[in-house]
Amino acid sequence: MSGTQTEMLTTIKGGVHKPQRHDSGHKHVSGLAEYIDDIVEPAGALHAYLGLSDRAHAEIVSVDLDAVRAAPGVVDVLTAADVPGHNDVSPVGKHDDPVFAEGKVEFLGQPMFAVVAETREQARRAAVKAKVEYKDLPHVIDVVEADAAGYPLVTEPLTLKRGDAKAALEKAKNRITRQMRVGGQDHFYLEGQIAYALPGEDDEVIVFSSTQHPSEVQHMVAHVLGVPSNAVTVNMRRMGGGFGGKETQSNLFAAVAAMAAKKHHRAVKIRPDRDDDMTATGKRHDFVIDYDLGFDDDGRIEAVDASFAARCGFSADLSGPVTDRALFHADNCYYIPDVLFVSKPLKTNTVSNTAYRGFGGPQGMIAGERMIEEIAYALGKDPLEVRKANLYEAGGRDVTPYHQTVEDNIAGRVISELEESSGYQARRQAVIEHNRNNEIVKKGIALTPVKFGISFTATWYNQAGALVHIYNDGSIHLNHGGTEMGQGLNTKVAQVLADEFQVDLDHVKITATSTGKVPNTSATAASSGSDLNGMAAANAAGQIKARLVDFAAEEFGVPPEQVVFEPNTVRVGNQRIAFPEFIMQAYMARVQLSAAGFYKTPKIHWDRAAGKGRPFYYFAYGASVSEVSVDTLTGEYHVDRVDILHDVGRSLNPALDLGQIEGGFIQGMGWLTTEELWWDKDGRLRTHAPSTYKIPLASDVPPIFNVNLADWSSNRENTIRRSKAVGEPPFMLAFSVLEALSMAVASLDDYRTCPCLDTPATPELMLFAAERMREAAAARG
Amino acid sequence: MTVVRNEIRFLLNDEVVSVGDAGASDTLLDYLRLDRLLRGTKEGCAEGDCGACTVLVGRLLGGELVYESVNACIRFMGSLDGCHVVTIEHMRGADGGLHPVQQAMVDHHGSQCGFCTPGFVMSLYGLWMTNPNPDRPAIEKALQGNLCRCTGYAPIVRAAQAVGGSPDDDPLVAERAAVKAKLEELNDGSRVDCGPADNRILVPGSADDLADILAEHADATIVAGSTDVGLWVTKFMREISPAVFIANLAELQDIKVADGTISLGAGVTYTQAFETITKHIPQLVGYWDRIAGEQVRNMGTIGGNVANGSPIGDTPPPLIALGATVTLRKGSERRTLPMEKFFIAYGKQDREPGDFVESIDIPLPNASDRFAAYKISKRRDEDISSAAVGIRVRVGDDGKTSEAVICYGGMAATPKRADNAEKALIGNALEQQSIDAAMKALEQDFQPITDMRATAEYRMMTAKNLLRRFLLEQDGSTVTVDRSAAA
Repeated sequence: MSGTQTEMLTTIKGGVHKPQRHDSGHKHVSGLAEYIDDIVEPAGALHAYLGLSDRAHAEIVSVDLDAVRAAPGVVDVLTAADVPGHNDVSPVGKHDDPVFAEGKVEFLGQPMFAVVAETREQARRAAVKAKVEYKDLPHVIDVVEADAAGYPLVTEPLTLKRGDAKAALEKAKNRITRQMRVGGQDHFYLEGQIAYALPGEDDEVIVFSSTQHPSEVQHMVAHVLGVPSNAVTVNMRRMGGGFGGKETQSNLFAAVAAMAAKKHHRAVKIRPDRDDDMTATGKRHDFVIDYDLGFDDDGRIEAVDASFAARCGFSADLSGPVTDRALFHADNCYYIPDVLFVSKPLKTNTVSNTAYRGFGGPQGMIAGERMIEEIAYALGKDPLEVRKANLYEAGGRDVTPYHQTVEDNIAGRVISELEESSGYQARRQAVIEHNRNNEIVKKGIALTPVKFGISFTATWYNQAGALVHIYNDGSIHLNHGGTEMGQGLNTKVAQVLADEFQVDLDHVKITATSTGKVPNTSATAASSGSDLNGMAAANAAGQIKARLVDFAAEEFGVPPEQVVFEPNTVRVGNQRIAFPEFIMQAYMARVQLSAAGFYKTPKIHWDRAAGKGRPFYYFAYGASVSEVSVDTLTGEYHVDRVDILHDVGRSLNPALDLGQIEGGFIQGMGWLTTEELWWDKDGRLRTHAPSTYKIPLASDVPPIFNVNLADWSSNRENTIRRSKAVGEPPFMLAFSVLEALSMAVASLDDYRTCPCLDTPATPELMLFAAERMREAAAARG
Repeated sequence: MTVVRNEIRFLLNDEVVSVGDAGASDTLLDYLRLDRLLRGTKEGCAEGDCGACTVLVGRLLGGELVYESVNACIRFMGSLDGCHVVTIEHMRGADGGLHPVQQAMVDHHGSQCGFCTPGFVMSLYGLWMTNPNPDRPAIEKALQGNLCRCTGYAPIVRAAQAVGGSPDDDPLVAERAAVKAKLEELNDGSRVDCGPADNRILVPGSADDLADILAEHADATIVAGSTDVGLWVTKFMREISPAVFIANLAELQDIKVADGTISLGAGVTYTQAFETITKHIPQLVGYWDRIAGEQVRNMGTIGGNVANGSPIGDTPPPLIALGATVTLRKGSERRTLPMEKFFIAYGKQDREPGDFVESIDIPLPNASDRFAAYKISKRRDEDISSAAVGIRVRVGDDGKTSEAVICYGGMAATPKRADNAEKALIGNALEQQSIDAAMKALEQDFQPITDMRATAEYRMMTAKNLLRRFLLEQDGSTVTVDRSAAA
């Protein structure tokens, strides 16, 4: 037997825990990966384009669409009156999210109608020809102004409470009360929103939608068309990026395409221009956090009373669970003895904000880290020392503000290993020394940890399905309810399936997500994709394997334990049968070779009214060290070095996990530094394209960027192969950049004043902070 | 007598195409995706800022065939006559295998969602062809015009450093002579006049022909690199017909250095000018690399940057500080004026109907000149400046400033000199006291605005502080954050 043959028998190609490449990598690089806009249109295909409002808040007095209808190539104009079912795509059943505005507009850029034309160019050019007469109403853009103006909440607020924070604050040794502003963020998925609908017979329609949530698109299309869900099939092979921006924001586009397709019985595609996409679709919520913080002289937190106001925009969308998650993460890794957190999901006359990687968690957590910084500067300590003093620890200091006990805490070990491997202490001294000797360019260094709760807080979302077929040639067809947006979910689930059947990965064919194959799926969100769908696929494989074992035991007369799936073969007693041959025998013996798998996350429960429960199955951890340089004459800065240690449990695929960590970090860094959303006084978003909205470039990546997995970590809960979710947690590793920037300017006042950086910390904001520090130093004399 | 041809002709991958119905506002991207169903090239932003649509365009430049990465979304069909367009579909080998650049991207996990990937591959392909072993700064520069939202770029940079194979074996290199011959044949010197009457393309056969065309169509839109005019069409849906495409006019591509002056033809791109500019004016190396991204530098022209009169164009502040002049031509008449005089008011330049910018002359700083150029932007690279400045101070034998030219961008409705700040320096030694006075004087010179790029307060504060930086750097040091120093 040759070495190669031995290897074939000992291990499969592309199983779990291996750095397997993305299943579509070779297609991505050659332009052969098909996105929705790349599907060749059938004869007669039409194109839709949205007409958007030009006012932030106004009554619609009249809409004259004559010029639109008369424009070249225009076939139809759809308005609210043309909606056959419900003019609503609220994903949470609040009926506050019209497809087309009726009677009034509530933000600048709100869809009012859709033009349907022979070409996209014609539809787009016609869409700006509408003559709309408005009666302006007062509008509010900013959260603080909304609060002052008595604007309503878009959804029910949440309170998390333990102990008596107000009383504890009165008694606290030290107390700081302040406000932090945290900016929003555009997803900037490279592939914008798009939907493409093909009409079928009777009430049927097939929709190709770039969505993280095909089931919701299906239900929303049915709702808008006024047909049952079984008439609508939604297909989704891959997205060109999602990041939360295609969790609910795809619904409207899919509904418009489907409406037009059914009305004209022609294929209809809709794809907004980037500027319209950024103007008309929701983003990360910006927050204003007011905190009242009490702490002792050792730097231990005694109590926190904080409110978290979010700019939700004109409708609820997912603002409820987003603001909830902000509260769930404001503690980060730290125990707060007496705590009161309250959310304020405020209505504003801006686009309705939505899911974005971290889902409010980053906004809450960064406020928690600000409080750590406050304590450190107030007491003249290294913030890392304060962090360590406040970590959750077993024996009375391990219960979160939502009354879940932290059972899997590894924050201490992650922090200390990174502190060591990054040379934090020596480098911090070197930074301080540098600052002593340099007047203009100041440096900063910071180590910040992350603890992120895994599970949808909407408990019913924690379920998944998969559909697995083995064809009689031994090839395997994999389908599951998750969606591929670049994260490599399909690759990971295929690895699980390959491992289950012990066949090489190339025997598993990954197929497009379809509501026709797996029903009632949850959004691919909350980092849950591989946890849920990997388990569902494993469950399907388990069902088929059980039948195969029964078959083989009976057919070959061996006890079931002697039927073993070995690499690319099945061992039955003393006999080894190649997998395809074995499958053919099973088929001939009429064994069912298909199964629908299912999974639901155990142990979790959540009582929102009481603010108590176990919303999270487990926590993912990580930590990062960032070192930066700041030009205190201009506020320009540079991230010089980053070291990361991150916990993914037992990695299903270290290469893909590394990619999520690096990518998440840089995206988080963008959020905190150069990505600024800026509205003018009319409520017009002026940073609505990459020319004005600046996400990081290759030349913003730290030249030294050491990323390591905590390879000793294994999920203590029984997740798929003991792995942990990885989509969102690394985003918050970027906090160390903000805090290092903070330290750099704090040096101007000898580290005695907390710079209290709001975000994004643009060069402008950094220069102003530097000026504040110089003034503080001057005042001190 | 000018020969007129009624179609655009170019080489698309390995096929000669003739397009007679191309209109002035038709982009290469739409042609590829809609007309040719070549859908490997993606649209990300339709404004030349994300690079998802990157393709290579080969063109004859000084007798050589040069391939450059460009943004297909803002590249008009009218500017492709006689060029070689290379798309992602052309990269697969005859055996269907991956190109070394593609293979490195796969091996190093350089794609996640994959939508930006074809653009990255094309940018890296363009880099690899001329620089198969690039260092990190070269990679970052080549990728300044490519956005990726998934990977955080680290694996893409690793891939770029690990590309195997030799460009000598690459078809575009191996077949260079044949392609060049083909392009020479296509570049027949004729005028192109095609497209619908209300969306007309005019491509002059020579500079004289351009002058003739403008004499006849004084209202024509002159399109050079289309990095600005492209957005008039893709974002503002403006009509540009008739449009005169001058990007490939050989006579406007001249770069000359004589008598202490660099002369640039109006069609010279930022990339073409880089070597000469930075050789003679090394203070502009860092500044030049921060103008837009690679694809835009490959298309955009200095002539266009000046001619369009933007208050936030990158080149006018340093060029005005250096005393540059602009030569305009109408028919056979030419006039030359100081660049600062060209900018009259917001959106208004000293350019009469029928005029076109023919060349720009840049006097080189002499030994007693202290010169610097600084740019401030929200993101370091591929961003429009919040403020920019060119500073040239001539110090006499007595140690006193005899001449000072300080020109700011982003501080007024045009690129504008800081008259009062200049006066504060003249006659004084270049030291803290005079710089403080100049900083204070800026308050008389400018009333900047607040917009999405910066507040008025920040603009004024940095405008002042850049004068301080200038002083601090007189000892030859760099007093700001320096990416190359960090690595």
